[in-house]
Order: sequence, then C-alpha cells, then structure tokens
Amino acid sequence: MRWFRNKDTLYGFLVLLPSLVLLGVFVYGFILQTFLTSLTDWGRDPTQALSANPQINLIGFENYRELFTGFVDARFRQDLVNTFFFTLFFILGCIGLGLGLAIALDRAPRGEGFFRTVFLFPMSLSFIVTGTIWRWMLQPEGGVNQLPTLVGLPKGTFAWLTSRDQVWRFSWNDLPFFTGLTVGLVLLLVAIAAFRAGERKRGLMASVSAGVLFLWAFTLGRALKPLPYDELHGFNLAFIGIILAAVWQMSGYTMALYLAGLRGIPEELREAARVDGATEWQLYRHVILPMLAPITLSAVIILGHISLKIFDLVFAMAGADNAPTDVPALLMYLTTFRANQIAKGAAIGMVLLVMVALVIVPYLYRQLKGEVRR
Amino acid sequence: MRNWLLSLVLLLGSLGMAQSGKLEIFSWWAGDEGPALQALIDLYKRRYPNVEVINATVTGGAGVNARAVLKTRMLGGDPPDSFQVHAGQELIGTWVVADRMEDLTPLFRQEGWLDKFPKGLIELISYKGKIYSVPVNIHRSNVMWYIPAKLREWGVQPPKTWAEFLTVCRTLKGKGLEAPLALGENWTQQHLWESVALGVLGAADYANLWTGKLRFTDPKAVAVWNTFGQVLDCANKDAAGLSWQQAVDRMLEGKAAFNIMGDWAAGYMTTTKGLKPGQDFGWAPAPSTAGVFMMLSDSFGLPKGVKNRTNTINWLRLLGSKEGQDTFNPLKGSIAARTDSDPSKYNAYLQSAMRDWRTNRIVGSLVHGAVAPESFMSQFGTVMEIYLSSRNAQAAANAAQAIANQVRLGQ
Repeated sequence: MRWFRNKDTLYGFLVLLPSLVLLGVFVYGFILQTFLTSLTDWGRDPTQALSANPQINLIGFENYRELFTGFVDARFRQDLVNTFFFTLFFILGCIGLGLGLAIALDRAPRGEGFFRTVFLFPMSLSFIVTGTIWRWMLQPEGGVNQLPTLVGLPKGTFAWLTSRDQVWRFSWNDLPFFTGLTVGLVLLLVAIAAFRAGERKRGLMASVSAGVLFLWAFTLGRALKPLPYDELHGFNLAFIGIILAAVWQMSGYTMALYLAGLRGIPEELREAARVDGATEWQLYRHVILPMLAPITLSAVIILGHISLKIFDLVFAMAGADNAPTDVPALLMYLTTFRANQIAKGAAIGMVLLVMVALVIVPYLYRQLKGEVRR
Repeated sequence: MRNWLLSLVLLLGSLGMAQSGKLEIFSWWAGDEGPALQALIDLYKRRYPNVEVINATVTGGAGVNARAVLKTRMLGGDPPDSFQVHAGQELIGTWVVADRMEDLTPLFRQEGWLDKFPKGLIELISYKGKIYSVPVNIHRSNVMWYIPAKLREWGVQPPKTWAEFLTVCRTLKGKGLEAPLALGENWTQQHLWESVALGVLGAADYANLWTGKLRFTDPKAVAVWNTFGQVLDCANKDAAGLSWQQAVDRMLEGKAAFNIMGDWAAGYMTTTKGLKPGQDFGWAPAPSTAGVFMMLSDSFGLPKGVKNRTNTINWLRLLGSKEGQDTFNPLKGSIAARTDSDPSKYNAYLQSAMRDWRTNRIVGSLVHGAVAPESFMSQFGTVMEIYLSSRNAQAAANAAQAIANQVRLGQ
C-alpha cells in the first residue's frame, strides 16, 4: 500500500478510475475481443454465423493468411494498395497546399482573417457532405468534366470515380522484396544521419540492420512468393477524385497548423537572418522550414490516421460497392455485415488497427518521452 | 369439466390478448414504396384496431443498410416482430440455417395457401421441406425494355436470343448508335449477368448452379462469361457512374435501344415518367429466356422469440391473403405472389407479368437474394470485378467456384 502515501495520489486515482474502467472495457476490451474473434472461424459455417449461440472454433491466424495469400481475397490486397496510394497523395497534397496557403497568409495580405476562415471552413463540414457535393461535381457527364467547355474546349471524358485504369502496377509477389528494400533504405538514411550527428553506436546499429535487410530482400525476399501466380495491383485512377475531395477538405486544417507554427517563430530570428544577408528563399529554406518540422510531423500523423481509416468520404462519394475506390474499412463493413464473414471482418479490422498503430504509437512514444524529459 | 372451462377461459383470454399490444414491422420500404406499406398497415389496423403498429424502416435500396441493422438487432437479442427479407436464400442462408426462424408450414396449411402460390415459388422459400416466409409481392428480373417507335425507326426487332441480340447490336452500331444497351452501376451489371446466365444455361442448368450440381468451372458455365463479355461490349462505357434510373433514361432518350432491368423499371416509367405501358415503352423477356420467369420477392417471416407472436401471425395472415396482396401490389408496382389475384387492379405491364407468372417456369434471381445466400451474393461482386478488370472468363469462373466452396453453396 505504498502508493497510498498521500491523499492526493488516492484522489487522483479515484478521479481517473471511471475513465480507466470505461476505456478498459470499451476500447481495450473490445480490441481484445475483436482480436480473439479474428482468430476464429465465426462466419465460415453459415449455420453458425448468426445463430443465437454460435459454435465458434479457434483456427489461429488462418483468416490473416487468407487475406494476404488467399485466392478470393484479392480485393483486400488491392484495398491495401489503394490505401497506401491514397494516404501518400492525400498527405502530400494537404501538406503542400496547406504550407503554401500558410506562407501566403503569413505574409499578412489584406483580408488575411477572411481568407483564413474561408480556407479553414471546409474542415467544419462532415465528410458525408463533402462526399455528396464532390460526387455530383465528378459525375461523368457533368460538373468538372464540363469545365473545359467554358473556354471552348471539348468536354472531359474522364470517369472520375469509376475508371478502371491502373498505373504503376506491380505483382503482389514482389511486395516482400520492395518492403525490405524500402525499410533498408530508411535505415540507411537513419544511419547516415546518426553518423553525421556523431552518434556512432546508433549509426552502427542502423547500418548493420540495413545490411541484414538488404541481404534478406535480395535472397529470401526475392524467393518469398505469397501467391503461386502473379497478381497485379496498382494505383487506381478512380482515386484521383477521392484524393481531390479529401485534400480540399483537409488542406485548410493543415494550413491552420502551419500558420500556428509560423506565428510561433519569433520575429527576431527572421530579422537576424535578414541582417545576416539571407534572401527570402534562404530564410525559408534554412530558418523557417526546419522550425516547422515538428508541425509537419503532427500533420502527417493526424492526416495519416484519417486516411488509413477513411470510410465515410468514400462511402458518400462512390458507394460501398464501387470496387475501383474500395478501401479496407469499407471491405470490413461489407465482409462483416453483408457477407456474414464475421471473423474475417474482425481480421481486416485488426490489420487496420495495426496500420494506424504503426503511425500513431511512435509519435505518442516520442511525445511522452519528450514530456518526461521536460 | 374444469379443464374444459380453464381452456375456454385461456382461449378467450388469448383472443382478447390478440387484439391489443404492439407489432413492430422492420423493413426498407421508405420513400417510393412507403405508401404501399402504409396501405397494408392501415388494413391491419382496421382489422385489429387495438394493436399499435410500429413501422421501423431503415432506408437504402434493396435493404443494404436495413440488413446490417437487422443483424445487430438479432445478435443483440432484440428481434423485430417481423422483418422484410428477400424470399429465398437471403432468408434461408442467413437466418433459417442459423435456427432463428419459426416454421410457417402450419400457417400455410391452415390458410390453404399451398395451392394458391406457385409450386416453383414454394420450393424457393422452403428449406428441408419447411416453409419459412410469406411472400408479399413478385418482381421479374429477366425483362428487356425498349421503345417500340424507336426500334421501328432503326428497323430492328426485339431480339429473341443472345445471338440475335449481338447481331442487332452490330446492326445498331453500324447505324451510329454507340451503345445499344443501356447499363448502370455495379449491381445492374450483375443483374445483366443473371439474365445472360439464364439465357445461356437454360432454366435447369441455371438452377443447378445454385444447388452445386453444376460447377462454375464447368465449360457451360464458363461460356456464360464469354457471352456476358460480348454483351458488355454493346453497353455504354460510363455505366459504373449511372444509377438504374439513369440507365433507363438513356434508353428513353434514344441513346440506347435496350435496357435489361427488373420490372420496377415499369413502375419508374409509368409513375415517374408518365409513360404508357405497351405504347410508349415495350418489353420482352430477356433474350433466350422466354417461358422462364426469373423472380424475386419480398417476404416476411416470424423470428423465434418475438415479443408479440400472435399479432405477428395475424400480420403474416394478412400479407398472404388475397385482399392484402391486392392492396399492396398495385401501389408497389409488382404483382401478387398468389395466382388468384384480381387482374383488373393492375396496369397493362403487370397484367402481362401475371399471365407469365401463372404459366412460366419459375427460377430465382441471384442479385436479389432468391437463389444464393448473402455470403455468396456479396462476394459475387469480387468475381465481377475480376472479370471486368481482366476479361478472363476462366479466372472469373475459378473465383466464383472458390467462393461457392468457401460459403458451402448448395449444401
């Protein structure tokens, strides 16, 4: 009972208790339950799927194996690829546009407050509203496709949300190789950065890991074939419309983040740089942008977890059944509630959770470490 | 004597009970179909004035959202007294096999319905010899729509077979009609597929596909995909972005000659567009499917453990009655499932559908839940995807068979 040392600890604990219990049950308890469900065969036997007292057997990681290497789950793998490209372009678009707007507004033009509100406003809309409006604008016969006629050009014919065209196609079997290669490259960069900063031990660790990964990628990774045949996946052009709408909605928010960061940079620093003879470009390149790095990280985390979990925007824009714009969250819904494959739906949910955790946990870890140090 | 009295009291008591209480009806009939459901509820209220009817609707075409809500309610132990479901495997494959529904065969016997509904329909709604739902209406899936005046203008006849269809398609393309067949989004493509499959395979083999007697990888079944591909080449390229109504509109505007859609399209053209069936628009069975009626039907069942069982049975009794069906269907734009309904209440298209319903061979629709369980149906979209992106009939057939094995189709 040593932690009862003083009353404050006790009160603190009592105050936290309700939220701890609620979180424990409704977040972590349900995550655990979903994980356990994903290890079962719930839904494989139609007589048990929705019975009052279903007989459910543990089958280990079979559902996950099927998702990544099964014949009929090609759609899930394409969905992962879709998510990857969507996340990439969504984050790049938001950060590019947000930073641009923020820098423009930071130079205090006339009516700055007005424009700030205008750019920030889309964020206050729900994704359903945004999705519905953009669906109308991206109809093959109307909206955006009619724009060129305003200047006398023939109207566009791109099927924004339903195009079946794919670019940058690769075989699913090459994925282990590419993953190993990418992670290895990142580790190599970490190693170089560490050596430059004089942290020899860290640098050595990173470079050795990178070496091992490269070795693995070129030997075992090349030989590792999840599928017995080549299954091509790529970037669905139908996603361009979704990316447009998502960037339209969230770039204002990114702008607000950057604007806050820019305002936090003391005027003295800029003046000092100017006095030292820095041009505007050099000022941004060497003073302001490096100071905005933490903002960029936050933005990447926030936007990243939105895009990995995206459901409502796609649902409103293209519907749940439009395969070219499918994402894992939609597939999870369809698998669970339409196809009654409850365990497989849970497995998709766990894959999503792991993906989001990969983004969020390192960030939280860093934040917490930073706070403790303070 | 005392026993006799006791049972009399109980009987009277239960009769009294039956007149009051509540009845919750769960359906996706909102919007256009709302008035038809309301007419049924009004009829019920006239018969049982003390029963409070709770009309729980969840919007979303074909029940896409309602079914998800229903599943959470059933799993949570809160079944509605009666719920709408597509007759056939959508009910059987999900709820009957899971032992959640009551056997309604006694009700059918009691009401003398066994010879009022066609035998083919009774087979589709039965599982192991027992009947589990009361079909309210019948829609036909395999109908080809056209504008007679336009066809005369182009000088073509409505094709009778898929081979003829492809010839007509070439002729029309030669006359500058870019896409002779109007097609819409995702599910309408699957809808087209089932008509092609029925036409290519014939009624017997089409039915065998769903009982597992004919494998999807059989050369006959693979051939369906080849024909389907050729038919798709006659369709508009922007199909995926159009709703079924917009696809019908394309045909009405003369940008396409034919549209294959269920007979709710007749309701759309008569009610919404104000066209006259038979004059402003014409119809024929989808190519190669004359003499076969591919049906889909909305039905209601009795979940186990409902709160107001007697009220629910009264509701089912009303749904299956001639009066109930003839009240509902003219408003909904469908025909009665019973074969003895009154033709004078229905329009020209529906009268012709009623004649076919009585005489044709009956098979069930895939897309609308009659012949395959939801677990197969919802993954059929993936099969379609594989075909549309690769145009490889064998790959699509393999995927269909893999899914059929996985969900134990026909077992």
